[in-house]
Amino acid sequence: MTLRRTTLHATHEAAGARMVDFAGWSMPVHYGSQIDEHHAVRRQAGMFDVSHMTVVDVDGPGARDYLRHLLANDVDKLKAAGRALYSCMLNPEGGVLDDLITYRRADGYRVVVNAATRDKDLAWMRDVAARLSGTLAPVAIRERDDLDMIAVQGPAARDLCLPLLPESLRAPAEALTPFTATEDGDWFVARTGYTGEDGFEVILPATATPSFWQALAAAGVRPIGLGARDTLRLEAGMNLYGTDMDEQITPLESGLGWTVAWTPADRDFIGRQALERQQADGGHRRLVGLVLEGRGVLRGHMSVSAGEAGQGETTSGSFSPTLGVSIALARVPADAGERVTVDIRGKLVPAKVVKPPFVRHGKALIDL
Amino acid sequence: MSHIPAELRYAPSHEWVRKEADGTLTIGISDHAQALLGDLVFVETPEVGAHLDAGGACAVVESVKAASDVYAPVAGEVVAVNEQLADSPELVNGDAYGDGWLFRVKPADAAAVEALMDADAYAAHLEAEG
Repeated sequence: MTLRRTTLHATHEAAGARMVDFAGWSMPVHYGSQIDEHHAVRRQAGMFDVSHMTVVDVDGPGARDYLRHLLANDVDKLKAAGRALYSCMLNPEGGVLDDLITYRRADGYRVVVNAATRDKDLAWMRDVAARLSGTLAPVAIRERDDLDMIAVQGPAARDLCLPLLPESLRAPAEALTPFTATEDGDWFVARTGYTGEDGFEVILPATATPSFWQALAAAGVRPIGLGARDTLRLEAGMNLYGTDMDEQITPLESGLGWTVAWTPADRDFIGRQALERQQADGGHRRLVGLVLEGRGVLRGHMSVSAGEAGQGETTSGSFSPTLGVSIALARVPADAGERVTVDIRGKLVPAKVVKPPFVRHGKALIDL
Repeated sequence: MSHIPAELRYAPSHEWVRKEADGTLTIGISDHAQALLGDLVFVETPEVGAHLDAGGACAVVESVKAASDVYAPVAGEVVAVNEQLADSPELVNGDAYGDGWLFRVKPADAAAVEALMDADAYAAHLEAEG
């Protein structure tokens, strides 16, 4: 199968990137050293080509009611254009089809979904719209393949990025508070990210991407691969779809209960009944952070023993470059205590249970 | 193209072996192997005194990305391990054939090392692996 390429593919190769297959896309995993890239984002600024992610515009008079049915979080929390909302999209059993960000715009909504789930998501979104077509005002679902996306993240990211934006967006982008966005034409700037650092995610016309990327590089923003993106998001305690949760797992078992809008009680979103049942029954597993106390490196799918509470499993694990120890996310029994052991290739190594995030804005949030 | 010193011997699983003057063998992983793994964050060396079987897994090198076993290129007894790697696993990335050595063995059969690949054969092996 031929891998899909982003607009910047040749640029990544010219920069010495090691390219890998990620969800059918040829993407840079690192440009030399994953750890150096990780530190660059925590200490200064880095940029990520995330054009493999899918931008979907949801418009039309039925868009609001449609999204209120489609998503577990409630787009009515978006009181004004430019606000952003993180949500899960669930199946009727409460399993997570994807996690995504929805932005409210002047006349509609913009949804950004994962690359690996692109086809499944679009098919589901269109199915749900078709099912509601008799009861809802019209909804238009439009995939924006003409747009790319670059995330610029790190303590210096906003300062370095602002002067490189189109003139008309500089002042509004500078004024953005976290989790808000502004736009002009096909340029869309959001103060969001997936690293635990400040910064922007910039959606822009593909024709403008190469020059914007080169200008950022010239300003001292380092290109960062998917490898560091993964360790940064893990330190930030952010879930990765397909790894930390999937269609068999509910948000309540994924540390994402806070993203489920239970009120108003009469909002009928897909998966609601299943989640209410799970909530009422109680005792469901929960996603926690682990800090390894012995030697070794935690990885996904390692068995976790919580004593009499039972067994669990790591979902993501790695060495934390910022903390200098190994950390993980793990799904454990409801009444697991503060200490567990992890089976690292046959050795039982002690780990401490913590509440993610591990790192935010360059600082450790947990006691080592 | 990765660095392949001419004076060393190599195993297909990317370990290198250096014959020392005292008859022991120093073992590490090749420049190619460290580059594939990326930044190393943890190295588990065998215990001094352990007896290794040729081809048996005897050490683990872990990068931010993944864990990888290291196999004993020849049978023998471990006589020394690189203690520095416990705190500085990145030595393997920076100097795979020098400060990044993993362990040293007294071979069960002094001639066994001759059966390993020389530098040219290892270069061809890498070529074939693509």
